[in-house]
Amino acid sequence: MAEFALPKNSQIIGGKTWPKPAGATEVREFKVYRWNPDDGKNPSVDTYYIDVNDCGPMVLDGLIWIKNHIDPSLTFRRSCREGVCGSCAMNIDGQNTLACTKSMHEVKDGAVKINPLPHQPVVKDLVPDLTNFYAQYASIEPWLKTTSPTPQKEWRQSHEDREKLDGLYECILCACCSTSCPSYWWNSQRYLGPAALLQATRWVKDSRDEATGERLDNLEDPFRLYRCHTIMNCAKACPKGLNPAEAIAELKLKLVERQI
Amino acid sequence: MILSIVHRATGIALYFGTLLLAWWLIAAASGPSAYSYVQAFTSSIIGRLIVFGFTWALLHHLLSGIRHFVWDLGYGFKPNEREALTWGALIGGIFLTVLVWILAYAVGGGR
Repeated sequence: MAEFALPKNSQIIGGKTWPKPAGATEVREFKVYRWNPDDGKNPSVDTYYIDVNDCGPMVLDGLIWIKNHIDPSLTFRRSCREGVCGSCAMNIDGQNTLACTKSMHEVKDGAVKINPLPHQPVVKDLVPDLTNFYAQYASIEPWLKTTSPTPQKEWRQSHEDREKLDGLYECILCACCSTSCPSYWWNSQRYLGPAALLQATRWVKDSRDEATGERLDNLEDPFRLYRCHTIMNCAKACPKGLNPAEAIAELKLKLVERQI
Repeated sequence: MILSIVHRATGIALYFGTLLLAWWLIAAASGPSAYSYVQAFTSSIIGRLIVFGFTWALLHHLLSGIRHFVWDLGYGFKPNEREALTWGALIGGIFLTVLVWILAYAVGGGR
């Protein structure tokens, strides 16, 4: 259901301003969402100042600098630090993106504002609970399904057929797209969201997969697929430059085509 | 996202615009006295503003609908195409609205 205001216990109240690092010649202001499940308080936005000359250029570098030098309790997910794992997806300066590939200097004047991915339950600070998101990914059965006997060697695929998966297989499931989608915000229990649907397209278009009809049957549903209203936030948000909106349009076309 | 919201808002506005249209038609069918009420309303400043808004809502919703039709056919998803379609619908809607009103005033002389 659409919720336009945050529940009382989720509203942001105040926040601590941490002292500027001593001896720094150039500082950058970071405003970071904080919430601790254990202290019973409302979320807040803390202000930190990082020493730009002692820190890498990316927003993730800044967060790690804060954790190492100012506040070890700051909690966020990160792993590969180069945009292939999708762990550090968060809302930076109003856009869902990966903290590791977003330069803090790209954020124009003022503070670098960092929030967890929108409209997801928060586990702590910048860590969202993506249980539902992963369950939806599992629901599209993201593996090769075949009925013909397994070949002696590998399942062959022509170069042309392999090319059809370009723009789909690169998805790292960071959830930037799904959590930027208003349709997903309002109906995340029933609408699969752009990420899961892009993955569904990846398997529907795979020439080796033999369950295409079954996969399309599963998607033909007013909520699971058709809650997409081509709002395009997903394509705008994707830090890998993919286009979930286009993938979803292809699914819709395939559903129409098979009726003709 | 903004234009998606505008598309819906104009869609809702069209319901009320259609009510106005229905009122006009019913009045026209029921005789000169009823019709003169509608005339008085639509030639007042507020009435004209509402009809102007209705014109824009209709034309914007039409162009925006064409934009969605193009997307549903699987075209126009590249970032530059997407922006062009979106801005095209917005600017085209305003342009056509102004054009219709200039023509209406030129032909009807502001009656």
